[in-house]
Amino acid sequence: MRLYAIFVYLFLYIPIGVIALFSFNAGRHASQLQGLSTKWYGKALSNPFVMDALETSLLVAFISALLASVFGTMAAVALQGIKGPVRTAFDMLIYVAVMIPGIVIGIATLIGLVTVFDQLNPLLAAIWPDGAMPPKLHMGMGSLVAAHTMFLMALVIIIVRARLAGMDRALTEASSDLYATPFGTFYQVTLPMIFPAVLAGFLLSFTFSFDDFIIAFFVAGSETTLPIYVFSSIRRGVTPEINAIGTMVLAVSLILLVAAQILLRRGGKKSK
Amino acid sequence: MTQRTRNWLLLAPAGTWFLVMLLLPLTVVLVFSFGERAPAGGVELAFSLEQYANLPARWTAFKNTMTLAPIGTLASLLIAYPLAYFLAVRVDAKWKTILLVLVIVPFWTSILIRSYAWIFLLGGRGLPALLDWVGIEGVRLINTPFAVLMGIIYGYLPLMVFPIYVSLDRLDKRLLEASSDLGAHPWTTFAQITLPLSLPGIATGCMLVFILLMGEFLIPALLGGGKVFFVGNALVDLFLQSRNWAYGSAVAVTLVVVMLITVTIYMRLIHRLGASREDVSIM
Repeated sequence: MRLYAIFVYLFLYIPIGVIALFSFNAGRHASQLQGLSTKWYGKALSNPFVMDALETSLLVAFISALLASVFGTMAAVALQGIKGPVRTAFDMLIYVAVMIPGIVIGIATLIGLVTVFDQLNPLLAAIWPDGAMPPKLHMGMGSLVAAHTMFLMALVIIIVRARLAGMDRALTEASSDLYATPFGTFYQVTLPMIFPAVLAGFLLSFTFSFDDFIIAFFVAGSETTLPIYVFSSIRRGVTPEINAIGTMVLAVSLILLVAAQILLRRGGKKSK
Repeated sequence: MTQRTRNWLLLAPAGTWFLVMLLLPLTVVLVFSFGERAPAGGVELAFSLEQYANLPARWTAFKNTMTLAPIGTLASLLIAYPLAYFLAVRVDAKWKTILLVLVIVPFWTSILIRSYAWIFLLGGRGLPALLDWVGIEGVRLINTPFAVLMGIIYGYLPLMVFPIYVSLDRLDKRLLEASSDLGAHPWTTFAQITLPLSLPGIATGCMLVFILLMGEFLIPALLGGGKVFFVGNALVDLFLQSRNWAYGSAVAVTLVVVMLITVTIYMRLIHRLGASREDVSIM
């Protein structure tokens, strides 16, 4: 049994390890190890396409994770206190957001937004003052952030709600009995208790957005994120440079994940 | 400000976001699926079932998805169960957390990079070269259904282990002791106590993996080499290459409907088997 477990762990980690090992390959060929060097990391980091894609990915991940954590937490706190049709509607929306395959979310966002933009652009051009160039709505960074935020909000609501459900209600009641304003109660009682979950939600959202390929593939317009860059490079052939980028991407997610795990666990213990 | 107004204000951003970015787009897909392809490349609104009538043209994609998704789910289950059992029942409490985290972590890292790793491992200089060396020659692994299955198992194993682990971990270990004290063979204990009690975890794990597999694009795209393609690959082709939005929408709607039907039937079956539905979420 123990041997079996070791085997499964090897199965889970050997492929990642192989990528990491070959990213230090000194040779030009992706699959022949010829001494170790970090030159492919240097190459990747000085490739302007990679750096552009990385910048886009980091920016999109940061903004969407931030929006999702703020709006998701607000919604989770409000949902805690209500029942009835509004709550049911939100539960349904969250369920749909999580259940529908990412690829369908990507497609729907693409054709939904393009259709709306096609209606809005002539309208904008008509009401725009003469002489000035009217703005033209198109798929790009904005649609990417909007699509990611939608999905991540569902994720944050689920995480924060689980935390709120485990919270002692007597504390918020005591706070309001002692004449704290609702905002005071939130700021001094609720927020400190759910903060680890909110931060974990932010980190997980960031990781998800940073790693997402399928939604971005449809809605990124002319923007290129790092996963889109990697995907199109793989199609052109396997190179040590992709191994280096891949290893860096894995390392970033690993660091964020470990941080999220620690936060969720520590937060979980403190409340008990 | 009353509590009611406050709740509305708190819910407003998320609610609006869901409406504009989820409900509106999904409605557009549904409406377009009944439309017709416009000469210019867009969609002409109509109420025709023409797109749905054309579905058989993409039959292979549906067939591949509906065979490899269940096979992949089952294979993941068979590999995941013993590990989950080991983690829940056999491992010391102090090692549990770290070992569990080690299983979950890969799931949250880039599936793109992890699938790419298998291009590397199954490609000419990887496993086939190794097999060559031990005397088995001429094996081709990449761009086969086997490669896609490997990618699937590798990608989704963590998602299967976690819920099964949770249900096995909750199981009262005294039941197992009682069973063996009363002289039951370990296999009898397993079949009559462990397995039935872990059914909710199995059900959740299978459902999560199956749902994600139905919409898979990357694994077949990278490891199937255009020969083993899923509905997801057909969708990418229809929306990004041939730009047939009306037909693509019909395929997307069908995918979601097939998924919902399968999941509903599956849930009914599980209920009948006596397992209660439980929400086990990853992390």
